[in-house]
Amino acid sequence: MMETVILTIDQKKVEVPKGTSILKAAHTVGIEIPTLCYMDLGDLNIEHKPGGCRVCVVEVQGRRNLAPSCATEVTQGMVINTHSIRVLNARKTVVELILSDHPKDCLTCPKSGNCDLQNMAIKMGIREIHNQDIAEMSTYRMDFSPAIVRDINKCIMCRRCETMCNDFQTVGALSAINRGFMSVVAPAFEMDLEDSTCTYCGQCVAVCPTGALTEVDNTNRLIRDLANPAKTVIVQTAPAVRAALGEMFDLEAGTLVTGKMTAALRRMGFKYIFDTDFAADLTILEEGAELLDRISRHLKGDRSVKLPILTSCCPGWVNFFESQFTDMLDIPSTARSPQQMFGSIAKTYFADKIGVKREDLVVVSIMPCLAKKYECTRDEFKVNGNPDVDYSVSTRELASLIKQANIDFHSLPDEEFDLPMGESSGAGVIFGATGGVIEAAVRTAYELFTRKKLESVDFKALRGMEGIREATLDFDGTPIKIGIAHGLGKARQLLEDIRSGKSQFHAIEIMACPGGCIGGGGQPLHHGNFEILKKRMEAIYREDKNKPIRKSHENPYIIKLYEEFLGKPLSEKSHKLLHTHYVDKRKRIIYI
Amino acid sequence: MSRIKVELKKKDVDTIKEICKSFDNNPGELINVLHKSQHTFGYLPAEIQEVVAIELNVPLAKVYGVVTFYSFFSMVPKGKHPVSICTGTACYVRGAENVLAEFKKELKIDVGETTADGMFSISCLRCVGACGLAPVVMVGDKTYGRVSPEMVKDIIKEYEE
Repeated sequence: MMETVILTIDQKKVEVPKGTSILKAAHTVGIEIPTLCYMDLGDLNIEHKPGGCRVCVVEVQGRRNLAPSCATEVTQGMVINTHSIRVLNARKTVVELILSDHPKDCLTCPKSGNCDLQNMAIKMGIREIHNQDIAEMSTYRMDFSPAIVRDINKCIMCRRCETMCNDFQTVGALSAINRGFMSVVAPAFEMDLEDSTCTYCGQCVAVCPTGALTEVDNTNRLIRDLANPAKTVIVQTAPAVRAALGEMFDLEAGTLVTGKMTAALRRMGFKYIFDTDFAADLTILEEGAELLDRISRHLKGDRSVKLPILTSCCPGWVNFFESQFTDMLDIPSTARSPQQMFGSIAKTYFADKIGVKREDLVVVSIMPCLAKKYECTRDEFKVNGNPDVDYSVSTRELASLIKQANIDFHSLPDEEFDLPMGESSGAGVIFGATGGVIEAAVRTAYELFTRKKLESVDFKALRGMEGIREATLDFDGTPIKIGIAHGLGKARQLLEDIRSGKSQFHAIEIMACPGGCIGGGGQPLHHGNFEILKKRMEAIYREDKNKPIRKSHENPYIIKLYEEFLGKPLSEKSHKLLHTHYVDKRKRIIYI
Repeated sequence: MSRIKVELKKKDVDTIKEICKSFDNNPGELINVLHKSQHTFGYLPAEIQEVVAIELNVPLAKVYGVVTFYSFFSMVPKGKHPVSICTGTACYVRGAENVLAEFKKELKIDVGETTADGMFSISCLRCVGACGLAPVVMVGDKTYGRVSPEMVKDIIKEYEE
């Protein structure tokens, strides 16, 4: 039996297991103590309780000072008051002090309306800040990377970002630096994020309570382009967006809004509304062909073949191995991500079809991701300086744009994507959830490998929320070993096992964010609530199930694309337009 | 943060690796490794921190975080005559801040910096156990007690060549 402790919180008797914090004990009886630096990512098994902000203090009878409830364990017979005058005064003072050196540009701050500090000031009824006239302000410079903006004068040292970057993602780009008044979270030597090991996964942005870490905002650029008659603006939407966008309009998590999203984009003025899922199908044909080629040669005894093959759709993951696993640069698939394949085909095949010059075609992507903003700026994905994908906006930015355009999202009809690049199979849809890319690849690879028809396309063994998953699939007598990881910390574990020879797989899928793209850094904030992620995931598989075509190689417009333009997978043209190479980024970071 | 770029020689890299090894490359020994490295090299430029980060398998950002947290660690070489002003409680209430301001004005450098000619550097420390002599200033190993801002010029003069 678990040992329990009985205590009193606000005159209520509470019984909780020994070792429970006061904060959590209070929660069990419906008493919500306000917090600021605290972060409980429940299912991710991360509880961040640095006890730094002191907003959650409570009065414990018989104790001299106030106790931070997030970091204080309950004891037998404790009598706690969570809202005595002393507590309220202390809390208010704490918030006032944090605000005293915080920039006051709330009205124009990108986090305005979605800021934990602002909400706390409202909750505490802060109406003035004492001694504001003599308060010193910190003067760190702004840091603009291609995906993330750092304005660390707004850093309140909750250090949530540090927990995500170091403990969860094991990227190690951010750390608390300096001391006392000057302390903030920053990369080593206060270098630009761009020069650090940052992967732009955006998990830091997703948890930052203030405007210290935000995404690069492309909404104004998009509005300008849409208003420019000389430009043809087309859009692609990633699968995870449709499973989460509804949350920004108060719909329940897991509501699919594919049709409404398409309608909204059409009303905003995009010329063609396309689907990244089309390019996901294309990715499967290229990556699948590469996978089969490597496996067949390997089975025939060709020892020069490197296995496992690693997926390469996730730009956060690509950045991760380019800076941290540089000895393994030849293992990932050379296939570009669906975003980039889309851009490449849009600015060649499709531009020719509609007779628009490359320079006059603006390709915008709607992504659940911040790393995609960086990915489309990579030099490999430009032709004569013109990028295949001009820029990427996040799910959150799209919601903001729809609101700015005064579109009543709820009353929109369900509309369809345009053709040809809006047609996709169910395999393309499931790219948005962890395990989805490899399942999509298997649906195609199985049929190509065995030359038999796949009866059941649902590979349930590949689905789920476990950080690392393994499955062995039967390819008509040949066992194929699959590995899956989501979250870069888990990816690191898996890669280290491969490096040491402990694990052997044929193919591995890796996604940088928890749950895959559905938990991406550009999605509506889920605050670590895995129930939300699970509902988004269910929505993705629901859309897959409802698609008449479930396998990428059966998408008629993909077949047509190969017939009319590309030839066959891994052809010379495919290599030029749909594949890429990776660079060792350590050289940029390391001086020696 | 202004930074001095240093070209580490292979010999130096080996020395740092040796230091890390003497602590079993244990990430938990980061502070001790930095201590010993600073003792050996006199300061901790970015390049040394990078080698330590790689050897101990600790994020570089974290190494830098530790170096900037503890005032003992320095990223610039100390001057030939390091000036340390005690800003502990006793010295502080007896006017250490004014003494510090005078040193900064005379030497035209900030705390943690070194004069261009490499002669002087300024750092603050917390209590040398001579509170009866507050405010206290140390230059190298020599201690000066009851220092007033007016005395600063003469103290510096003692060391000018």
